[in-house]
Amino acid sequence: MEVPILKQGAFLIATFQAALSDADLNQLRMGLVQQVVKFRSRAVIVDVTAMDVMDSFASRTLREIAHMIRLRGAETVIVGIQPEVAFAMVQLGLTLEGVATALDLEEGLAYLNEKFKTTN
Amino acid sequence: MSKRDVASVPPESKRNEEPSELLRELVAHLRQNRTQLREEWVVRISETRLLTAMTKEEIFAEATSVYDSYVEALETEAFEALQAYARNLSERIIPRGVETHEVVGIVLLLRDVLARSLFAKYQNDFKKLNRILDAYEPAANRIANTVAVGFVQERERVIRQQQEAIRELSTPVLQVRERLLILPIIGVIDPQRARQLTEQLLRGIRTNRAKVVVIDITGVAAMDVTVANHLVQTVEASRLLGATVIVTGLSPEIAQTLVTIGVDLGKMNTVGDLQGGIEQAERLLGYKVATLAEPR
Amino acid sequence: MSVGEIRVAINSDQDIVSARQKGRVVANELGFSSGDATLIATAISELARNIVSYARKGQITIRQVNGLNRRGIAVIADDEGPGIADIRQALRDGFSTSGSLGLGLPGVRRLMDEFEITSQLGKGTTVMVKKWRP
Ligand SMILES: Nc1ncnc2c1ncn2[C@@H]1O[C@H](COP(=O)(O)OP(=O)(O)OP(=O)(O)O)[C@@H](O)[C@H]1O
Ligand SMILES: [Mg+2]
Repeated sequence: MEVPILKQGAFLIATFQAALSDADLNQLRMGLVQQVVKFRSRAVIVDVTAMDVMDSFASRTLREIAHMIRLRGAETVIVGIQPEVAFAMVQLGLTLEGVATALDLEEGLAYLNEKFKTTN
Repeated sequence: MSKRDVASVPPESKRNEEPSELLRELVAHLRQNRTQLREEWVVRISETRLLTAMTKEEIFAEATSVYDSYVEALETEAFEALQAYARNLSERIIPRGVETHEVVGIVLLLRDVLARSLFAKYQNDFKKLNRILDAYEPAANRIANTVAVGFVQERERVIRQQQEAIRELSTPVLQVRERLLILPIIGVIDPQRARQLTEQLLRGIRTNRAKVVVIDITGVAAMDVTVANHLVQTVEASRLLGATVIVTGLSPEIAQTLVTIGVDLGKMNTVGDLQGGIEQAERLLGYKVATLAEPR
Repeated sequence: MSVGEIRVAINSDQDIVSARQKGRVVANELGFSSGDATLIATAISELARNIVSYARKGQITIRQVNGLNRRGIAVIADDEGPGIADIRQALRDGFSTSGSLGLGLPGVRRLMDEFEITSQLGKGTTVMVKKWRP
């Protein structure tokens, strides 16, 4: 399944689909990191609004994505985690520690714009 | 139909009227005597002291509808309309305090009144009376059953709804200003209520687009390990939605419990009291906190 | 209302997705809230993933269970893989033989109401979990 990656100024926006398999996630991880390098993006927003389950694998992949992107000097914001999914995640013990989160795409953009305002 | 069923049908019934034909005759009789039978039924209802929560006029109006639905169900042998009516009736009379036994009672009374009138009509043709009653009884029982079940289901639904409402009330999520929610928790929290609270808060964060949440637990006397864990999970889940949680009113005992289960209190945003918590929340939201004037 | 047994063969990571989707459908049919259905689907995802990661193939069975006064859902994950040497260790938060988070099994235990695991080295592993309707 294709994960669309959209370039919006200095940011990249990746929109996850509901039924991503492990292979899709792995492919996405590679793709995102490559694009960050290619476009010299300052930040990546990963929109998971459509995901109805976030298990340990998906969560670990997100953390790895954030980590690899940080190594390339950019930041990652995860947006759109659904309330029920968030509840399941914390029960499982997945807290995405160290990764920025925001309510939705709009909030994610607002957060990043605020953050990069001074340096823009 | 299996062979045994066919064999069990008495041969006479083939020669005589089919049950449905008998029912038709019966329905005609009930229609003809509608006014009188309905009146008799209403009298019996008040004699038996059923539906005491309702006025005479109300009873008469409902009795008319029930009577007509009843006869219609007998005629069509379709129970959907009656079922819908039973539910609708229940919805109206449950808030009046009408009890299950009363509803079952009035339907059984009607069955009785109608059976008596059949006795009167066919008293000279005993065979026919028997056949009519054979056709009538199962249908009447099904009707009574349908109405009773409809009532009980409606009652359960109402009770569930009320419980839900009480729970919502006992854990209000308040929006004190844009993007700021307060969750004052009072009383005893068991795991079930804790779960409800969390779900309510998470939904509230989403619908109000909250960025900061103050959870005030001043009113919570004690917290066992399970509930303390839940509190921590609530804080974590809120962050996953992009909201910061400030916990206020943490008693030394509860703080101790949190430490025992391995919570790093330094990582948790705690402020002494609710007022302080709200002030910090406003700072986080970028409001200037003014003690005298209303903050802009 | 009763829901028949649903079996999903787990052979690849694609099957993990379909197993959890079916689990959600059954949970909804059994009257679980969507919050609970999410917990159940997440648990199925973890169990199915362990099958793919450690046993390569196996199956997930989802069915209704009836208690004395309650109804619930049971999920059984079984495989004929290598088995688990030390179950107590495997149930500990953070224990993993694959360098992962080690949250799968202990997490599933928290997500569900009942948790049973049997495993025999060289023979395989069976995990049965249940959740009851409130
Ligand atoms: N079906 C299985 N067959 C064999 N070994 C298993 C099976 N399921 C789990 N294990 C063993 O138990 C350990 C713990 O499993 P658990 O799911 O808790 O963590 P994980 O899979 O290592 O990491 P995570 O699930 O967090 O990604 C695994 O590392 C593995 O060694
Ligand atoms: Mg696992």
